Amino acid sequence: MFNEENMSIVIVGHVDHGKSTVIGRLLHDTNSLPEGKLDQVKETCKRNSKPFEYAFLLDALKDEQAQGITIDAARVFFNSDKRKYIIMDAPGHIEFLKNMVTGAARAEAALLVIDAQEGVMENSRRHGYLLSMLGIKQIVVIVNKMDLIDYDKEKYDIIVEEYEEFLSEIGVTASKFIPVSGFYGDNVASHSDNMSWYTDDNVLEALDNFENKSIEESAFRMPVQDVYKFTANGDDRRIVAGTIDSGQISIKDEIIFYPSRKKSRVNSIEYFNGDVRQSAYIGQAAGFTLEEQIYISRGEVACNIKELKPEISTRFKAKIFWLGEDDLVENYEYIIKIGTKKVTCKIEKIVSVLDASNLNNKIANRVKRHEVADIIIKTDKEVAFDLSENVSSTSRFVLIDNYEISGGGIIIESIDDGMSLLRKQREERDLNWYKSGVTSEEREKLYGHKPLTIIISGDKGSGRKSCARFIEKKLCMEDKKAYYLPFNNVVHGVGTDISKYKDEYTTKEHFRRLSEITNILNLAGVIVIVTIQSSVDDNYKYFFNGNTVELQIDDKDYEYYYKRVLEILDK
Amino acid sequence: MSNKMTHLDKLEARSMHIIREAYANFKDLGMLWSIGKDSTVLVWLTRKAFFGHVPFPLVHVDTAFKIPEMIEYRNNYAKEWKIDMRYGQNEEALANKKTFSDGNCTRIECCQILKSEALKATLHGTGPRYRFNHETNEYDLEQNPEPFTGVIVGVRSDEEGSRSKERYFSPRDKANDWDVGNQPPEFWNQYKTDFAPGTHVRIHPLLDWTETDIWEYIQREDIPMVSLYFNQGDGKRYRSLGCYPCTFPIESSSKTVEEIVEELKAGKLKTIAERSGRAQDAEDGGLETLRKDGYM
Repeated sequence: MFNEENMSIVIVGHVDHGKSTVIGRLLHDTNSLPEGKLDQVKETCKRNSKPFEYAFLLDALKDEQAQGITIDAARVFFNSDKRKYIIMDAPGHIEFLKNMVTGAARAEAALLVIDAQEGVMENSRRHGYLLSMLGIKQIVVIVNKMDLIDYDKEKYDIIVEEYEEFLSEIGVTASKFIPVSGFYGDNVASHSDNMSWYTDDNVLEALDNFENKSIEESAFRMPVQDVYKFTANGDDRRIVAGTIDSGQISIKDEIIFYPSRKKSRVNSIEYFNGDVRQSAYIGQAAGFTLEEQIYISRGEVACNIKELKPEISTRFKAKIFWLGEDDLVENYEYIIKIGTKKVTCKIEKIVSVLDASNLNNKIANRVKRHEVADIIIKTDKEVAFDLSENVSSTSRFVLIDNYEISGGGIIIESIDDGMSLLRKQREERDLNWYKSGVTSEEREKLYGHKPLTIIISGDKGSGRKSCARFIEKKLCMEDKKAYYLPFNNVVHGVGTDISKYKDEYTTKEHFRRLSEITNILNLAGVIVIVTIQSSVDDNYKYFFNGNTVELQIDDKDYEYYYKRVLEILDK
Repeated sequence: MSNKMTHLDKLEARSMHIIREAYANFKDLGMLWSIGKDSTVLVWLTRKAFFGHVPFPLVHVDTAFKIPEMIEYRNNYAKEWKIDMRYGQNEEALANKKTFSDGNCTRIECCQILKSEALKATLHGTGPRYRFNHETNEYDLEQNPEPFTGVIVGVRSDEEGSRSKERYFSPRDKANDWDVGNQPPEFWNQYKTDFAPGTHVRIHPLLDWTETDIWEYIQREDIPMVSLYFNQGDGKRYRSLGCYPCTFPIESSSKTVEEIVEELKAGKLKTIAERSGRAQDAEDGGLETLRKDGYM
């Protein structure tokens, strides 16, 4: 009884292409209408000398919906012999594209309606494009109002050919095209005598043939929502929680978190009120504990070390759709959310903007509302992601402009940000690292604090160094292990084999060495303070991994910055 | 074990995800617990999301006219589930006898005074708020109650027309207004969690659940429900819970969760609206007026 099948379908298409008619017919032909309702609405139409339309029927149902059993403001419910359906009616007006996207994103499959007389219109294309970007793989195209073109196969074929060509250009294959007259019911829930040339599924059969399964993506991906520890309630478990976007995880699997690259093994799969579990799967809101305690936080992506590695970068190319009131513009700052990671980013370049009305790419330096575009994004911090061809769920992101989700996108290419060599070196280092016999947790207990790297940045003369000394001293007086490591000391110490003159290469190498020493000090449990000039390439900050905080110094109130450090240590 | 998720599994996972997102994004987060079946399922989902714990306060608006079993049930489970339980009340109106029971206002006005206004004052911390003391088992008056900026609410979209247009994360402006025509898009598990100062948000993890889903889940998880939902032998039971002067039981012989699920699936209640036992809905405007006013 718990396995009763449900399926959510979205119905999209250009305004007035007959979505309501098709829905009304489906309700009628599956006996989902309240008794006498149809006759009643037809009678009302007659009295008002209006031609009957199924849209009136839907309106009438909305008006009186006793319990929303058949219909409510945005959804229609009905049953076939196979399963229960929820049909989400996505508005055809372009102003409601936000609602269309919201409805479509909840659907497992889509019906796209095209008017046989009007043919393929702008929103037929735009909706098709968005469905593909949103990741809806099962699409049935309904060529409606066949009665208005005398059920003509040739005219139908022209529309099918035109739309199929469009779909293939965006890499989508429709499961089916169906010639339909929603008004007369041809090919909706029965087969049509008017179109004996069409012998394939009718709409109801096509719905029942949609497969009800979540997409099986292989590599394990779980964006970390949080790490929970409810010690106050006497619970000592430290549980990494999140919803599994792809793949599965089992006890003993070796897990690596990106972008921090921290590793551990799954100790237990946690669950409240249910049988003991050995594994957790795609779609579940899961949680697990780790064998070795490592510090990770919200925003990391948990992966299985044996499986496909995600991309790590600060630059990538993406296809986006824009819903924002203000245009998307180059070099402007936005917030990007990928999984549970949230970072500031800039639009480095708008590569091309697609004109949905003719599918031509145009060159533009802004993306207007409802347009789709290819862009290059540069993030402030490293992010872990996948390319849409590999793991689609973790290739998806949203852009936030002025508190609002203003666009969505999928990543199609990772672009070198000048750090990929360093990342590779780091991975090899970590792979070959001989671990200490004292765990980081034991060390934390011993020292009474976590390790941390404090990056103090500011303009020349802003007092970075004095501030660093101030914080170092204060921390040490508080019995904390803290050390200020000036860049200069690295250059004149472990850096004597390379030039002190700062060209790009040597600066980068000196920074690499500084960060390696910092890393070792962190592993030893020490709070390390480093100072860098604001003018230094932002990329160098990624050299410091682990628990890092940057303080941008702009006045001389060192006490304030010290307090910030304490707050961070308390977290 | 199979990884094929059932309909209830999917609903559960999505709700848990949303509750965790709310917890990660809102510092002053609370959840409304009306003691009814929906919000009790919500509390259960919270315990599932946090592995047995409820890491934020639950808030109950006590009109002082709640059926006594409801308050008893609330206090028992607040204790057993280690809940940070708070309740608020419109004490001024009660002292002045501005209630329907006292014959001084209509049912709808009474709801507005004892529920809508009390809820606003309780959430904003402007009215008296009491907190359950787990040591003494008494409620203490909260000193300087903090306002909640995020409130998790158990509304379902099949309850009433306009709710089907709701979002999971639904912003309200300073005046508590809901702008139905211009709502944030929601896709790919991404919700509006960034807010300009002064706005607050309602979070609706149960939006996709139906009444049948709720009862099937109660059955599957064996969630304890207040006894009022079951026929105690007189052929009557409550289908929706509220204040005793305005809530009436329906004719039903269902004595167990199983029987309620049967009853719902067989369509025996098809012609009776879920809230038909709630007298205030029948008055002009009804739920719509109350909902706009902030009562959920």
